[in-house]
Amino acid sequence: MATVNDVVIKIGTVNGTGSASANGLLMKSIFRMGVPVVGKNYFPSNIQGLPTWYEIRVTGDGYQARSNRVDVMVAMNAQTYARDLAEVSPGGWLIYDSTWPRSTLLDRDDVTVLGIPLSRMCNEHFDGARARILMKNIAYVGAIAALLDIDLDTIKALIEETFAAKQKLIASNMEAIRLGFDYANENFVCPLPKKVAAMDGTKGHIIIDGNTAAGLGCMYAGATVGAWYPITPSTSLMDAFRSFCAQYREDPESGKRTYCIIQAEDELAAIGMVLGASWNGARSFTPTSGPGISLMSEFLGFAYYAEVPAVVFNVQRTGPSTGMPTRTQQADILSCAYASHGDTKHVLLFPADPGECFTMAQTSFDLAERLQTPVLVLSDLDIGMNDWMVPDFECDEGYVPDRGKVLSAEELEGMEKFYRYLDVDGDGIPYRTLPGTHPKGAYFTRGSGHTRYGSYTEDSDAYQDVVDRLLLKWETARSMVPGPEIRYSKSNNAAILCVGSSDGACNEALDRLNEQDISLNYCRVRAFPFADSIKEFIEQHEIVYVVEQNRDAQLRTLLILDGDADVGKLVSILRYDGLPLDAGFVVNRVLDERSRGRAA
Amino acid sequence: MSYITKPTVSHPNLPRNKLGLTSRDYEGTVSTLCAGCGHDSVTAAIIQAVFELNIEPHTIAKMSGIGCSSKTPAYFVSQSHGFNSVHGRMPSVTTGANAANRTLTYIGVSGDGDSLSIGTGQFVHAIRRNLNMCYIIENNGVYGLTKGQFSASADIGTLPKKGLANQQEPIDAVSSAIALGATYIARSFSGDKGQLVPLIKGALVHKGFSLVDIISPCVTFNDHEGSTKSYAHTREFYHHVVDADYIAPAEEIKAAYEEGSAMPVELHDGSKIVLRKIDSEYDPTSRATAFKYLRERFNAGEITTGLLYIDDSRKEMHDLMGNIDTPLSEVPLDTLHPGQDELKKILRRYR
Repeated sequence: MATVNDVVIKIGTVNGTGSASANGLLMKSIFRMGVPVVGKNYFPSNIQGLPTWYEIRVTGDGYQARSNRVDVMVAMNAQTYARDLAEVSPGGWLIYDSTWPRSTLLDRDDVTVLGIPLSRMCNEHFDGARARILMKNIAYVGAIAALLDIDLDTIKALIEETFAAKQKLIASNMEAIRLGFDYANENFVCPLPKKVAAMDGTKGHIIIDGNTAAGLGCMYAGATVGAWYPITPSTSLMDAFRSFCAQYREDPESGKRTYCIIQAEDELAAIGMVLGASWNGARSFTPTSGPGISLMSEFLGFAYYAEVPAVVFNVQRTGPSTGMPTRTQQADILSCAYASHGDTKHVLLFPADPGECFTMAQTSFDLAERLQTPVLVLSDLDIGMNDWMVPDFECDEGYVPDRGKVLSAEELEGMEKFYRYLDVDGDGIPYRTLPGTHPKGAYFTRGSGHTRYGSYTEDSDAYQDVVDRLLLKWETARSMVPGPEIRYSKSNNAAILCVGSSDGACNEALDRLNEQDISLNYCRVRAFPFADSIKEFIEQHEIVYVVEQNRDAQLRTLLILDGDADVGKLVSILRYDGLPLDAGFVVNRVLDERSRGRAA
Repeated sequence: MSYITKPTVSHPNLPRNKLGLTSRDYEGTVSTLCAGCGHDSVTAAIIQAVFELNIEPHTIAKMSGIGCSSKTPAYFVSQSHGFNSVHGRMPSVTTGANAANRTLTYIGVSGDGDSLSIGTGQFVHAIRRNLNMCYIIENNGVYGLTKGQFSASADIGTLPKKGLANQQEPIDAVSSAIALGATYIARSFSGDKGQLVPLIKGALVHKGFSLVDIISPCVTFNDHEGSTKSYAHTREFYHHVVDADYIAPAEEIKAAYEEGSAMPVELHDGSKIVLRKIDSEYDPTSRATAFKYLRERFNAGEITTGLLYIDDSRKEMHDLMGNIDTPLSEVPLDTLHPGQDELKKILRRYR
């Protein structure tokens, strides 16, 4: 079937061969033609030599999820040739390097195979082993440009921008583009029935990954101390923060920095540093991933009880244990909500895309300081490391950071006596002081039992007084955290409820189901504790499909624990194979449930 | 730890420092440690040191982990903030606190369990960063609060109250710190306040990581015959190699030092530490010879004390990074980001 701006291209290569920049070039060229795209990277936990894929979904409808089909496969890796061919959707195309013979056993009747002698052409036109490998990647971009009718001038402009400082590379890259482009035009019928055509669907949008967005958000939120221990897939968040700070936080004259990034010895230390810095009044954060959360748990419990602000970005990956570090999941919901021993619970934020990674950076610092407690931002590998098209970020020039209840020297001077854990305002949030402010502000921060006055205690009533007040604070938090995104379709008593990166696939699934006259309402949870409106939403429906990316229905469990939701109403739709969620999966599961008589 | 407020009555003729404060103003709550605990003597030495250095109480940050030693920050300078963190993690909290505000005086009090077992990694890395802090280890060779298990600093052959002698090699904080590159390393004894106070003063003024490892006997679990961390054993095998006198900036050197044996070391703020070598073989400015000497004396069963190593020329954490001099926590937000117009420029990279 001929289509315009609805095609999925998947490129299989060997990691370490420099294909990332070629794939980025291809995706951005399409984006610059005004056509919405989604870029997903499926990469190994490895540096060189293993299979890796990049998938570009061209979606004129502007969907944000991956699709579960492949129209054009570029099979550059002989190791995965058979599997790549098998993955092509019926009626699709497979491009391979025809420099070497290919086993005919791997042919498929329903797939058109297009051989391009990429290695031979590049060996003839370029010198040096590395250049030949790199140019082979650029050459397949040229071939796809011809096959999908991508504008060559747009590609050229991008190459010129990329290599503005290295003029020589512009000519060689364009030559490689030409090699692939011309070969495809001369040997195949171009364009294919599935093609790309310029439209006006990307204005006011950027393509960015969530970790870069969060790093930028932290700079804009005024974070000054970042502590971290490298862990996939969160590492690029601190890399981004560092590069933005290097540009904007160094005095042009003295070269002195207004930021301090500490690569800690482990995650235990990283969170300790965040607590120390926050205690001292700096906006401080740490990015990490699942295993890091496990290690940080003791300190998170400390911060909850001693009431120290902290911001933690958890870019979730596939667990348990080391799991699959380069695959995605939403499986740390419970471990983050209740991290640490004893009665602890933590405020969680769930960004759905890089746009929310940017805005929630600011929200997380405001809430952490206002509530004097850790705030964990639960992103995931899909959001953090894949390329998303999102509306331009905005900087609110009038933004005043919420530093919470911090007493100044003047306020302390006028007080008779300061007590750290006294609930003066009745909202469960006490006042705090920063070291060095005033002698009257001194108090002892401790994780051991303490009274409302801040002194050590082993007295039952005095202990319980404080932990009960923390529950009051929890209710204050409930009223402060971002509320859910709720959408009603036609009047209906069934709904989909999801969190984070499941949003894109769920929205698309709602459209697909609507085409089948199944209209569902929608609720996307954005924070824990759950706002009252989430509870009300669930109460309004007879069936709520809870879509999440873990095995154990962690969001559903949390809705029952914190939201007091009716267990029978919550029907789980679970995906936990490590791949980003796609709409087809959600649609099929909803249809399955309905055919089993679980429709409302 | 219990909390008993001290009566505020003080003698009108108590000496006052340059801030007009008496040593009582640097005290904390009443100690709840065992009577005769070495840690209480260390607390007293800290009080004297900060009093004599004229440090404003509220500009001190008292950091600790978990254990008997880590309780003690409640017992000194109650007008300063304390952070009694989790076991073995005082160094990371202090690192973050210092990152946010480099202008405070950081006193970390730890123990041999806190620093040489559960917190070894953090102890090591605070040294690696040359974090500007005074790091005190109240070293008694045992876990007190859990009733007398050996710690990692227990010597080979030392006897517990009940049971068999320790057979494992001890971890020595001082020789570890020399190997790791700490820039101020001292060892002392809680029973020798005359030696201890100037060592703590030097540690507080030194810009960089200062370790003061203090043999501080546990009267309840490790002060018996056969223990190598008892008062009696420490007094007998105490080998004092370098005396250190702290001299404030612009203060004249009054004491007469013999030529050749006195060695003034100028600190970054113009103050001085005058080292008097009691053993002429000892060189506290050479890592290699200091290490060799310490290990030889250790093998001979002696406890070498004094200012054992000093290097005031190395940059501390902030200076290594090139950070501003004012606290990062006080930088106004509007100077921390480049605003909307620049954001638009940044976003161009992502089109």
